[in-house]
Amino acid sequence: MRKFAFAESGEGFVPPSTADFNLPPIFGDNEFTTKPIFLVLFSVVLISVFFIIASRKASVVPSKLQFAGESVYAFVRNGIGQEIIGHEFMRFVPFLFSLFTFIITNNVFGIVPLLQFPTMSHVAFPYVLALISFGVFHYVGIKKHGLGKYLKGIAFMPGVPKAVYILLTPIEIATFFLVRPLTLSLRLFANMFAGHLLLLVFILGGEHMLSGAIGVKLIAPFAFAFGIGMTFFEFMVQCLQAYIFTLLTALFIAGALADEH
Amino acid sequence: MSFRISAAGTELNPLVPHTSEIIVGFIAFTLLYLVLRSKVVPMFEKAFAARTEAIQGGMEKAEKAQRDAQVALEQYTAQLSDARGEAQKIREEARVQGAAIIEDLRGKAQEEAARITAAATASIEAERQQAITSLRNEVGSLATELASKIVGEALDDQVRQSRIVDRFLDDLEKSK
Repeated sequence: MRKFAFAESGEGFVPPSTADFNLPPIFGDNEFTTKPIFLVLFSVVLISVFFIIASRKASVVPSKLQFAGESVYAFVRNGIGQEIIGHEFMRFVPFLFSLFTFIITNNVFGIVPLLQFPTMSHVAFPYVLALISFGVFHYVGIKKHGLGKYLKGIAFMPGVPKAVYILLTPIEIATFFLVRPLTLSLRLFANMFAGHLLLLVFILGGEHMLSGAIGVKLIAPFAFAFGIGMTFFEFMVQCLQAYIFTLLTALFIAGALADEH
Repeated sequence: MSFRISAAGTELNPLVPHTSEIIVGFIAFTLLYLVLRSKVVPMFEKAFAARTEAIQGGMEKAEKAQRDAQVALEQYTAQLSDARGEAQKIREEARVQGAAIIEDLRGKAQEEAARITAAATASIEAERQQAITSLRNEVGSLATELASKIVGEALDDQVRQSRIVDRFLDDLEKSK
């Protein structure tokens, strides 16, 4: 696709744009055969197979593989679930665990050679995940407190002077029903999108410089080196974003379960 | 909502999701959730529970062992002090018995010594009497023989002879 862009634009460098995220179908003229979709399905297979093998012979003294899988599981279970949700956390561990592994795997696809595309830079996936998270925490809250009491808890925060409700109620309602799912999905999407764009700039820019004049050619390695540096930085961001998404979901669930919102 | 990718370079709003991706994303995540919930989480939880149990069991076992050891130690200490008391008592008894035995033996030995001394005294006395008797006879007969030789008078008569000898001896004693 880049080559195509080059051909079209002739001499000048065309900076990577949102168009670079619209990958054509791998075969057929079908939306369901694009790279992101394959990557998402691949991630499901990858995670499932890895954790099934790691946990299949789970024993008191873990094997190396079990230890690796267990570390991730324990990180989500204790570090996020137990820490934030408290005594009812066990119900949500499978959900949080799936969320974390799903996001981190798809994010890290962004820097895995040959795959090199963070699926979460396609906004549909963060939307879906945020919507599920949104559904889960509201469902949990309604189930625990009843619909009326739950909504009242959100709209009219207890322990606040009545006059403040004029200001607070719209903010709270917007927070719970609009801001939370939107920020949750857009944060993840934007980080992955921007990160991928950044890598594209350095690597495609370097590639373009190689085809330029001799002086420009000499600068090209620096662009590549920076691209490699940014790759490590991206890895950190990818892990962090997966953690933040899971953490916030856990926080929302904990908030919905709490007696006072 | 969905976008057909017609030509590269087309600017598309990245905030507009693809319908296909929404569907696939939802299915994929649900699938992953179901797999992890049914296959992975229970196995890990089982391992965690087993580990917790193993650690707790081990700790309880250790505590029990410690308690047992404490009880045994107390028992041994009690037995030891009992044994010490016993030994002390036995020693005391032995000392008393020993003293009694020594006293007894000493008494017996003194008795024996007294008996032996008495026997010896008696036998000496008897021998002395015998010696006196035999000496008296001898001296008598010698004296008589000598006197008869000197006097010429036969002092054969037994009665007379002994009277003379007695008188002689009496004189002898008196002169002492």
